[in-house]
Amino acid sequence: MSDFSEELVRSKTEDEQEESCMFSGTGMSFPWLQKHIETVATGGKKEKDFAQTTSACLSFIQEALLKHQWQQAAEYMHSYFQILEDSDSYKRQAAPEIIWKLGSEILFYHPKSNMETFNTFADRMKNIGVMNYLKISLQHVLYLLHHGMFEDANRNLSHAETWRYGEKSASQEVLINLIQAYKGLLQYYTWSKNKMELSRLDKEDYAYNTAFQNMLNHSGKMSVNLCTLIQTPGVWDPFVKSYVEMLEFYGDRDKAREVLTNYAYDEKFPSNPNAHIYLYNFLKREKAPREKLISVLKILYQIVPSHKLMLEFHRLLRKSEKEDHRKLALEVLFGVLDFAGCTKNITAWKYLAKYLRQTLMENHLAWVQEEWNSRKNWWPGFHFSFFWAKTNWKEDKALACEKALVAGILLGKGCRYFRYISKQDDQVIKKKIKRIKKSVKKYSIANPGL
Amino acid sequence: MDLEEAKEFKERCTQCAAVSWGLTDEGKYYCTSCHNVTERSKEVINTGDIPNTKIQAINRGLKRKRKFEKGWDWYVCEGFQQILYQQAEALKTLGVGPELKNEVLHNFWKRYLQKSKQAYCKNPVYTSKRKATVLEDNPSHSDWDSEPDLLSDFSCPSFVESGTDSKPDGHTQKPFPISRTSQSETASICSGSLDGVTYSLQKEKGIVKMTVPRTLALCYLSLLWQRETITLSDLLRLVEEGHIPYIHAFQRFPEEMKLYGRDKGIFAIESWPTYEDIYKKTIEIAKFLDLPRFPDITEDCYLHPNILCMKYLMEVNLPDEMNDLTCQVVKMTGIGEVDFLTFDPIAKMAKTVKYDVQAVAIIVIVLKLLFLLDDNLEWTLSNIAEKYNEKNKEDKPWFDFRKWYQVMKRSIDEKKQKWEEARAKYLWKSEKPLYHSSIDKGVVYKRREMVVNLQKQFSTLVDSVPTVEKKRPSSFQFNWTEGDSTRTCFHGHGLQGILKKKGQSLTTKNSLYWLSTQKFCRSYCKHVTTYEESNFSRSYQFIINLFSFLLRIKTSSLHEEVSLIEKRLFKAKYSKTKKKSRSRKGRK
Repeated sequence: MSDFSEELVRSKTEDEQEESCMFSGTGMSFPWLQKHIETVATGGKKEKDFAQTTSACLSFIQEALLKHQWQQAAEYMHSYFQILEDSDSYKRQAAPEIIWKLGSEILFYHPKSNMETFNTFADRMKNIGVMNYLKISLQHVLYLLHHGMFEDANRNLSHAETWRYGEKSASQEVLINLIQAYKGLLQYYTWSKNKMELSRLDKEDYAYNTAFQNMLNHSGKMSVNLCTLIQTPGVWDPFVKSYVEMLEFYGDRDKAREVLTNYAYDEKFPSNPNAHIYLYNFLKREKAPREKLISVLKILYQIVPSHKLMLEFHRLLRKSEKEDHRKLALEVLFGVLDFAGCTKNITAWKYLAKYLRQTLMENHLAWVQEEWNSRKNWWPGFHFSFFWAKTNWKEDKALACEKALVAGILLGKGCRYFRYISKQDDQVIKKKIKRIKKSVKKYSIANPGL
Repeated sequence: MDLEEAKEFKERCTQCAAVSWGLTDEGKYYCTSCHNVTERSKEVINTGDIPNTKIQAINRGLKRKRKFEKGWDWYVCEGFQQILYQQAEALKTLGVGPELKNEVLHNFWKRYLQKSKQAYCKNPVYTSKRKATVLEDNPSHSDWDSEPDLLSDFSCPSFVESGTDSKPDGHTQKPFPISRTSQSETASICSGSLDGVTYSLQKEKGIVKMTVPRTLALCYLSLLWQRETITLSDLLRLVEEGHIPYIHAFQRFPEEMKLYGRDKGIFAIESWPTYEDIYKKTIEIAKFLDLPRFPDITEDCYLHPNILCMKYLMEVNLPDEMNDLTCQVVKMTGIGEVDFLTFDPIAKMAKTVKYDVQAVAIIVIVLKLLFLLDDNLEWTLSNIAEKYNEKNKEDKPWFDFRKWYQVMKRSIDEKKQKWEEARAKYLWKSEKPLYHSSIDKGVVYKRREMVVNLQKQFSTLVDSVPTVEKKRPSSFQFNWTEGDSTRTCFHGHGLQGILKKKGQSLTTKNSLYWLSTQKFCRSYCKHVTTYEESNFSRSYQFIINLFSFLLRIKTSSLHEEVSLIEKRLFKAKYSKTKKKSRSRKGRK
């Protein structure tokens, strides 16, 4: 009988494999695949009902969590704990992390749960096996911070920081660094509170000195804690930001610049727009030469061409003497307006209208055409449709005027957007429209034939 | 004088207030600094919940303590005996006659021990011959009521001789050869039982080794012998519902029977018993025991298809009138014959009828005869019945298949859901964890403690009322009542709408029939046919699913049984129109 059932199973999976070949390109999901993989993992041996219980239990918990039924989820968790006693050592070792994730989620939301239960649970889970101690400690700390338990969080971090187990594996070392950095972050918190106090105090005040000393103490520890992590490749925005703030406060600009430059330019670090933004803002505060600012924003432009700093970038480029910078200035503006989120950005349109005129005045028709060629297929529908003309006019007349000018220059006065706006009979901006009409007549690139 | 063992005693000495205890030879605590002997003895502290009589027995030093895990010397077969005893007791409380335990199962077990050369034979496998001699000398012990005591009783004499130091050395040597003692010492490292290691390695040809699932097979054999009103599926369901000890049976062993190491593999179970598996094991054991033909299954027996069909018709809420048809099918196919039904292990092809599966299959066939189950006719007939019932509210209602389907579908889905939830919540691990060796003992205990603590914590989050209440044992899983619309009872509904008069007798309105299987497997593989669900009508799928869930069997095995009975019913058609997909059926 069992031979028979195995045959059935085999024939079924074969069919399914064929199916997967047929549809694999279409991005469909195959719920059976997970099951199929699970049976393969057990090496064809019949799964014990114990394993069935735990896996069924897991899916019941997931379902309950999805539906926010914390009560039911807790009930199933009660049974799911037995997976910690699974005779399959692979499953047993993977279990604590799953239990921690599910359990902490349940305890976070369950109406009968409280800080105490959560803390007990976290402390228990930390000590199951050795691989999860740091990870759970850290998440526990985040939970405590979420509930404003600053002191407890700090204490937990100190515990975790000193925790060692034999030879640290590479992954654990990063975790220790991270824990130290979080400690640094908490110190930053105290430090900036002190800073606030300090700003309220008079320099002559007796308390000023103590407060200053206090701050200095914190900052020393803080820089030690943050330093190691920041040098490890990764995205550490809040840590970098607070570290730089502190360095700047004590006037250590060189160190701050070094940290930020390293964070932005070190190739081992993942590409991170914020790194460039921090560096740019720092350099701006430092009043660095325009050339330098441009070089920083150039990289940001490559990562996030729609960033709001791009308009600032455009201004910098516009003022530059170099021709290729001025060409880039046009490119940047077009780039910004390629994004749906920026379509109503009046500054961007204003800049574009102004800069198009300027460029054409300077006889750089080729630049404009180069940008326009790749967009002429879709910008008319995307920006200059009749619908947009109506809506823009209704919502923001100034925006509509700027857009109309751009549309006129790029598409000629025959285009629907321009026609709609120019026909509007509005006393207030009558003059403006007249000016626009004139400009269009003069600069439009679309109607040499007309 | 074991100071190590006395460590757990933490009270201060009444004389000198020191906490430094040793153990006297009698197992009492004495203070190592002032030599004050207390009245407290070690055993009382450890086993506080054991009745006084037992403590005294231990204090007298009757039981020899072993170094590794203090406990009795015991053999694997004694463990199985314990389980069988528990199971027999459970069956007795479920209402099975006491003869089952005292006579039938007891005899089967004795026969098993004899056949597997563990006892009641000239050269038992154990050198000590302890069990064999004792059992032979004490015929009075056939009464198993006092079994745990009996166990200790008949191990007492040998323990007295070997365990107490007061006996002269020469005397001790006699019943226990040195080789055995050393063997037991080494064995104790890897198992709590004396022969756990040898037992798990033993692979003798022709011997059916006892396993925990096979204890159920033995139980079923005795039930069958007694022609009790419990079918195999009932038995397994009772196990599943926790009315018969199985998965945690070893937990109820006497405290002193320590289990670890190899015993874990022998006694710890991590799967539910399945119908097919226990069925196969039943036949295997019956053959191994060389049992004679079982008592005849006659028409007045519960296991006779006529009675079982009635029972299952009630269970699935079908009209009582259908019983006439099931009886006819039974008669025509000859599956109600005594020779067909009675189990004869020494016959050439030993096989026993799956009484419950067979009865259910007959009902499926009758449903097919009446409603065709082609996803069409059954609904047409339902329309007719519905109209009739609306017009004639006073009369006995006609059976409406659609209404029945709606009621059953809801009930069965509910049941299934509950069943799945209960399975997902089942706690497999025992309170006393089993470990492989003393090395991992600490780890295993720590893990257990962790799980218990976590469970305790989460149980505070759950409502105090347990959601899975323990069901009372019952041979019925459903309860149909008149009046309640969700549990409408169809037992009293009539079949007039589906039957018509033809001369003297009634025939079914529906004259068509389709066979569940056209092709039977003729190769050497053991299966009869295949069941590819999607090839069949939805009604048929529903019916098959419904019944196989009731019996907790695979859908394919019920389909097979249906096919086999159809083969008997349409013998002539089978030989003639083998290739036709649908065979027209004449009036039976």
